[in-house]
Amino acid sequence: MEGFSPGFTGRPRAQSQGLPPGQYVTESFPVLSAGATPRPSPTDWELTVRTETGTVSRWSWSEFLELPAEHVTCDIHCVTSWSKLGTSWRGVSVDTLLDGTDTSAGFVMARSYGGYTTNLPLGDLLGGKAWVATEFDGRPLEPEHGGPARLLVPHLYFWKSAKWLTGLDLLVSDSQGFWERNGYHRRGDPLLEQRYS
Amino acid sequence: MSWMPTLVVGARRETSEARTLELAITGWPGHVAGQHVDVRLTAEDGYTAVRSYSIASSAGSRRLEITVDRLDDGEVSPHLVDTLEPGHRIEIRGPAGGWFVWRPTEPVPQRPLQLIGGGSGIVPLMSMIRTHAEASSATPFRLLYSVRTPELALFRDELVRLERDDAHLDVTWAFTRVSPAGFPTPPARLDRSSSVAAVFAPELGAVTYVCGASPFVESVTGWLVDAGHLADDIRTERYGG
Repeated sequence: MEGFSPGFTGRPRAQSQGLPPGQYVTESFPVLSAGATPRPSPTDWELTVRTETGTVSRWSWSEFLELPAEHVTCDIHCVTSWSKLGTSWRGVSVDTLLDGTDTSAGFVMARSYGGYTTNLPLGDLLGGKAWVATEFDGRPLEPEHGGPARLLVPHLYFWKSAKWLTGLDLLVSDSQGFWERNGYHRRGDPLLEQRYS
Repeated sequence: MSWMPTLVVGARRETSEARTLELAITGWPGHVAGQHVDVRLTAEDGYTAVRSYSIASSAGSRRLEITVDRLDDGEVSPHLVDTLEPGHRIEIRGPAGGWFVWRPTEPVPQRPLQLIGGGSGIVPLMSMIRTHAEASSATPFRLLYSVRTPELALFRDELVRLERDDAHLDVTWAFTRVSPAGFPTPPARLDRSSSVAAVFAPELGAVTYVCGASPFVESVTGWLVDAGHLADDIRTERYGG
């Protein structure tokens, strides 16, 4: 645009170097959610992976904790423009959950306790790019940040990292999740600044 | 959605901490009450900063006004509250958001609306209240507004006037640090019982909108769910870490 904002200087430039376009760094961990925080009890909690043909894999909380988990350190980027650098998580790779699953699906709908959904290309969840996380900063994940378990897909805007995860449904064709129906982008790549649809 | 050159055509101080900016955009499509816009500022060297702000003006007016509360360590809000003047230009992207919104034609069939705001969380709710009044909507509206002091309350005179003139609007004030002179109760933080007592009873099936700082929203929504309000009927918008 023509000109600039007179008197606006902004923060030191070093903070924003290497960030996706339009993002700024925050030290806090803001919470965004569309409704009340669901609190499933460990005895009721389960995670399912359902293929396009209806085959279901299912883990209880204790079974899930038996799966091999990995430490993940990553930057996260919220569509509301904050980024948090060097966050530390522990979780199970989605590759592990889908290992041996027979599917020709190209897409996934992640489903959460409380009814939240978000859609992703399956390719964004495989190849060491996505986890189901149960710990943040060495502690069990707080309910308001998605505990007991949330999806972690750090290379996409953070609304794709569904909190309170309970299901991954494999789909042959793409479909819109909650924010995607409410004006947000189908894929949400921060490097391409895919915020709104 | 692309950036639109925007002219600041007016600025009104609301409190010592907050100001309303009246913005003019050629071809502005209008908004739905509750939506927000992204604001982009550009420094002399080309550096840009973007933040989101709720729209305060009514949908029916087709005017675009944002009310901004200053965050002391903020990068963008101090500039919007203290520096920007009419005649200056900024850039706007929006309107955005399809969830924390209300249209006078919704919901069908009609249900009451419970609005709960903490601090500057009142802003998107104010757009709904103004839209409700201008449309002469018969949807029962109830607002619970928690604020530290009368001086920091946004839109206080207007809310008092609208409550008097809009037969379907009821306002409950919760002053947490200082109550105004003559106010019936001493200042107190909202708690479980005062929150539950101030809202429509669960059996009335209201749709509830809660906006404020994250801990405020977390507490209030938790109390409402415990009191029998359906989680599916509660919509939230939060700010801060």
